[in-house]
Amino acid sequence: MKARWFSLIVFLVAILVAAITTATVTNDYFYTASFTVLQFVILATAWNILGGLTGYVNFGSAAFFSLGAYSSVVLFTLFKAPVFVSIAVGAAVAGLVGLGAGYLTLRLRGVFFAIATLALSEVLYTFVINWDFVGGSRGAYIILPDEAPLGFRNNTQYLFAVMALVTAFAISVARFIEISRLGRGLAAIRDDEIAAECAGIPTLRLKLISTTVSGALMGMSGATFPYFMQYVEPTSSFSLAYSVNSIAMPLIGGMHSWAGPVIGAILLGTVQQYVQVTVSSAWNLLIVGVMLVLFVTLAPNGIMGWVDAWRTRRSRS
Amino acid sequence: MELTADLLVNALVAGILLAGFYAAVSVGVGISFGMLDVVNIAHPAFVVLGAYVAFYANQRVGADPIVTALVLSPVFFLLGRVMYRVYYYSFEQRGQESLRGLAFFFGILFITEVGLILAFGVDYRFVNTSFNDVTWRIGFVDLPLRLVVPFVVSLAMMLGLHYYLSRTFFGRSVLAVAQDPLALQLMGVNPRRVKELAFALSLATAGVAGAFLIVIQPVQPALGREFIGLVFAITVLGGLGSIAGTMVGAGILGIAESFTATFFGPSWSPAVSFGLLLAALAFRPAGLLGR
Repeated sequence: MKARWFSLIVFLVAILVAAITTATVTNDYFYTASFTVLQFVILATAWNILGGLTGYVNFGSAAFFSLGAYSSVVLFTLFKAPVFVSIAVGAAVAGLVGLGAGYLTLRLRGVFFAIATLALSEVLYTFVINWDFVGGSRGAYIILPDEAPLGFRNNTQYLFAVMALVTAFAISVARFIEISRLGRGLAAIRDDEIAAECAGIPTLRLKLISTTVSGALMGMSGATFPYFMQYVEPTSSFSLAYSVNSIAMPLIGGMHSWAGPVIGAILLGTVQQYVQVTVSSAWNLLIVGVMLVLFVTLAPNGIMGWVDAWRTRRSRS
Repeated sequence: MELTADLLVNALVAGILLAGFYAAVSVGVGISFGMLDVVNIAHPAFVVLGAYVAFYANQRVGADPIVTALVLSPVFFLLGRVMYRVYYYSFEQRGQESLRGLAFFFGILFITEVGLILAFGVDYRFVNTSFNDVTWRIGFVDLPLRLVVPFVVSLAMMLGLHYYLSRTFFGRSVLAVAQDPLALQLMGVNPRRVKELAFALSLATAGVAGAFLIVIQPVQPALGREFIGLVFAITVLGGLGSIAGTMVGAGILGIAESFTATFFGPSWSPAVSFGLLLAALAFRPAGLLGR
């Protein structure tokens, strides 16, 4: 399918979902739960651009997410910026940090990049706790006016619709990269970086594009978060749960196409919402960790790997 | 804050004592990451696990953490053998260690942390030992025993490991295994077995370091994450594949952190290790004593 048609369909689905839910669902919990799932879809999709397509592990999803979230806090505190402005700026900030981290470490072995992203997370966390302007460890509030824009009933529903659009955007970008020349270059790097370099692929430049795009999308996911929750504090926004989830979801769904992270995020995100309500949030994190380890050792190609195996078996018989 | 000589000397001494402990925490990663090329980012989580075991043993039967360390290290050694086998058959054999292997250890780290939260809660835990509140004073220099005892034992462990790895046949095969497993095989050594034992050894050091951790500071389940930056900063800064390098790296980190805590406040000290790690990665990834 042409990238243009694919994007069109994804955006139509997003608009349709947002329109139907806005018209029919009034339960606030439904919106909070679905918003969280969408957030994970974006994070997993973004992670997969670097992890699945390029083969580099990012342990700092929480850091890029928080960069987006705290850009929103700064912009809102200073200018009462609307959410779309914050999304754009959050994406730019997180993308630039991704570029910087990549530039410093991607020339080395891949594992150094992984460790650096983990370190980045802790450095930024320390800075945010010590930075009073964004509330330090107490957190910051974003108080939106009562009436929602564009005729939505309330801000929750408006921001859910915004999030649906951002999700559609992230999936379109991931799919576009996957089928473009860029994606083929990235796949070559993943499979054999030295051979790719010898074949004339500008590996460093492609890797940097990949980290920047991936970071920017994570920033977009984070930028809407404080608007939706109207509150953000560093311990939860830098929570390791974001980093683990954005690794676990593509691994469980399958890393070689855009559909894997989406399936993984919807599946794991929904299970987590369910467990969080019925059991406890600590158990829900344990489940994510155990599923990550089980899948990575026993089913390294994830759910999409099973689908592919089933397809080849069917076409052979 | 006024810069006085005794403040400076005390910060320096505290830094050196802390460095001894940091070396014990990092030496395991120095072995697994630096020598075996197994990027065990879950190592600090096992240090914290060791600390909780020491805490539990102390609460239940009043065991001294140092005694616990002696019991704990063989148990962790066995755990390390099991973990390396899983790692080898799932990832190394299939050539997937760079992405999925990392994710595996990340998952182990996360499970350990959440498991500890479920078992002990998120409160800080602490152990009181016979030497905990004793502080020797030499002139104006404070020597708290809760730092001195771990320092001495760590130093002994580091020196022991250094001589073991550089003088014995097994130690030399550990150094060789990441460089050229095939050549090692031709010498009649099974590379997988060498890696398995060396990895188990690295995890055994986590047990010892964990027992000290609970003596030095209160522990909570997520503490391991703060140590990741520290441990990798020390390993990279000192140079991969060298025990002496780990000691030098630990020295730099310990002193830098102690000075930051004294002059800027302890809430900034995590930024030091991560800042140094990023600087090391950017400017000298081979480390100070790197080969």
